[in-house]
Amino acid sequence: MLGGYWESIAIFLGINVLMSISLYVPMSAGLISLGQGGFMAIGAYVSALLTKGGVPFAPALLAGSAVAAAAGLLVGTPALRIRGIYVMILTLGFGEIVRVFFLNFDPAGGASGLVGIPPLTTLPAVLAACAVAFLIVWRLRHARLGRAMIAVHEDEVAAEAMGINLTRTKLLAFSIGAFIAGLAGGLYAHEALFIDANQFDFSRSAVTFLYVVLGGAANPFGPVLGAAIVTLLPEFLRFLQDWRMTFFGSLLILAAIWRPDGLLKAPVPRSR
Amino acid sequence: MLLQQLVNGLMLGSTYALVAIGYSLIFGVLRLLHLAHGEVFMVGAFAGLELVVWWHAGPIAALVGGLVGSALIGMLLEFVAFRPIRRRGNSHLAPIVSTIGAGLVIQEVMTKIFGSEQTAFPVHFSQTEYHLAGLTLDATQLFILAISFVAMLALHLFVTRTRYGIAMRATSENLRIAAVLGVNIDQVVLLTFALASGLGGLAGVLVGLNFNAISPYMGVEMGIKGMAVMLIGGLGSIYGAMAGGLILGIAEVLSVAYLSSSLRDGFAFGLMILILLLRPRGLFATGVAVER
Amino acid sequence: MTVLLQIDGVSRYFAGYTALSDVSTAVETGTIHAVIGPNGAGKTTLFNVVSGVLLPSSGQVRFAGVDYTRRKPDRVLAMGIARNFQQVRLFRGLSVLENVMIGRHCRMATGARGLLGLGIFNRAAETQARATAREMLEFVGIGARNERLPGELTLVDQRRLEIARALASDPRLLLLDEPAAGMNPAEVRELTGLIGRIRDRGITILMVEHHMRLVMAAADRITVLSAGRVIADGPPQQVQRDELVIAAYLGKPHAPAHGR
Repeated sequence: MLGGYWESIAIFLGINVLMSISLYVPMSAGLISLGQGGFMAIGAYVSALLTKGGVPFAPALLAGSAVAAAAGLLVGTPALRIRGIYVMILTLGFGEIVRVFFLNFDPAGGASGLVGIPPLTTLPAVLAACAVAFLIVWRLRHARLGRAMIAVHEDEVAAEAMGINLTRTKLLAFSIGAFIAGLAGGLYAHEALFIDANQFDFSRSAVTFLYVVLGGAANPFGPVLGAAIVTLLPEFLRFLQDWRMTFFGSLLILAAIWRPDGLLKAPVPRSR
Repeated sequence: MLLQQLVNGLMLGSTYALVAIGYSLIFGVLRLLHLAHGEVFMVGAFAGLELVVWWHAGPIAALVGGLVGSALIGMLLEFVAFRPIRRRGNSHLAPIVSTIGAGLVIQEVMTKIFGSEQTAFPVHFSQTEYHLAGLTLDATQLFILAISFVAMLALHLFVTRTRYGIAMRATSENLRIAAVLGVNIDQVVLLTFALASGLGGLAGVLVGLNFNAISPYMGVEMGIKGMAVMLIGGLGSIYGAMAGGLILGIAEVLSVAYLSSSLRDGFAFGLMILILLLRPRGLFATGVAVER
Repeated sequence: MTVLLQIDGVSRYFAGYTALSDVSTAVETGTIHAVIGPNGAGKTTLFNVVSGVLLPSSGQVRFAGVDYTRRKPDRVLAMGIARNFQQVRLFRGLSVLENVMIGRHCRMATGARGLLGLGIFNRAAETQARATAREMLEFVGIGARNERLPGELTLVDQRRLEIARALASDPRLLLLDEPAAGMNPAEVRELTGLIGRIRDRGITILMVEHHMRLVMAAADRITVLSAGRVIADGPPQQVQRDELVIAAYLGKPHAPAHGR
């Protein structure tokens, strides 16, 4: 298929697309998480420990995602009572707690990280995961839960008065997102083959936030586009050598000025 | 022993407080989560270092350097990265993207200039230790405590006694009403960035003095903790940020002393989440309605 | 006649003032019941209590004999009480049709047919909900504008849309908070007809309204609130002659005496 280098780029792109979708889901319910890296870490560590212990890849991935989703419920519960910036900082704190936990969790290598993870991630597996995740958000837009999430995002009082269970909707949005982030983490671990806690630090969560906001948080294609740009652009900026981040950071500022709502706008509603 | 720990905690906490006050000032006026504030703090540390290295300046001059250096960077960011977005609409996510972009730029530029390794911070106080009622404090510690409390007192006087400080508070109550009442919003915002960033720079130099080393990555952790402190104190409340910083500093020092040093950072955020559960609006809620 | 909604000794205090003080009234099944009163009388507060948005400080509300005072708004809707909002609160990012489908939310089956209960792939329920939503839009008279965003409608049509959204939940009791606000006389006549047709579907109506012509034309019973208290409660003819009511409205532009 592709050469080894480009295949590996494509796999990491797919993982980043999954991460962007993992944040897009809670964000469509108005919950902005700056802790997606934490869910990714949980998926990565749990699945890697399982495959190292002899569990087949697919069940290990699912188990990692399920634990991440459970953590999503746990974080989502305090997030029910708060909004906006509070949720952002709360999830940011959660991400840091997860990082510090794995940094000190000796059964998973502690500070020296987890090595010898079997190379099980393949490009088709990543593509399949992306396709399923994207299908879910795409369908969600025209389904009961997805509509409810948008309604909650726009007006919590009216949504609740129109029969939407706020608790259920927000927790589902949070844990679906966490599940997808956990899946991304599992795929990442079995491609990187070495993980340590600092790979899932705040910058991981912040860059996930960038994917969504840069691409457009009101359009399902937005996060995918954002992830593609943020992942691939630095690859094409190799001629800039050591100043890639400076160039990239400046581009972000310009994008925020010229396209404050992201590159893609909300799609015109089509009710069919 | 406990008293000694408390004083150490106050010292650590006062630097947290100075950083968190910056977050709170900016959040109060603009409702903006300034994700590059940690980097602004780091720039202050290096600005102070430069003065010391090139002009053999003393600690006071280093502080002034850190304050001015960070304030300039903060004002520059307002001009380049935030004001153009405000001019173009009221998106609430775009400015945060802009702060992330600004943080990336600052961090890489500083890494290119100073290298990515830790740099020593060569200011040496006399090694004299002062003994006071069972406490042992060296000159550095006394200096840090004194400077940060003077800075907080000065800020308090500024926002309560001066015209500009009062305009700033009015703006953070309600930007639109303040504008109608004739407050020059652009001026107030610029002043807020200068003040918030300057205090961050001050904290940068103090941290450099305390640990004798600085690095271009020091802003990340401090930035995250500063946000946690702002949340503990209550969004947009400068007194909340002061109290929250001191509480977190003391809690961290005690957790290292009595629990485990490796869990220190996790402990800080555990405390934050606990406080959020008990008091969702923070310890010193301002009553500011926070939407989105 | 059976009582559908019983409001029993409801009081609601806010910091520093009393919005409702020991309010009691009964809404009978199949009637149109109006709540009137000067501005600040507590009408909207009462609606918020009845729809579960606000918890009363004391007293209780019963629906078909069941005390639901502490239920959350979503469960109140599922029970059969739907409402509109005085300040129109539509979901601006959803199309007109989707707004109405939100009203159908609580009636859409989840269970085994939806993936993990998420309802993501439940096409049958979607199709059915869309059909109901279309029907409701036709019913309120804005059937041709399904694909638009609510912001593109006139304020009057936005009010109709809110009624369609509420009706989509199959309510037994419909709460209308000033449905005629901002309407011209022709539109008010049309609305009066619509309210009658809603009642003919077997839906009981409780409405707050300033527009006395509408109230007198449509209401079977009127409760008058003033400063958070019930000062009169009875059929329109009786309330119209009530001296307390006349006193409360003295000097007000919409005196009940102008009615009909």
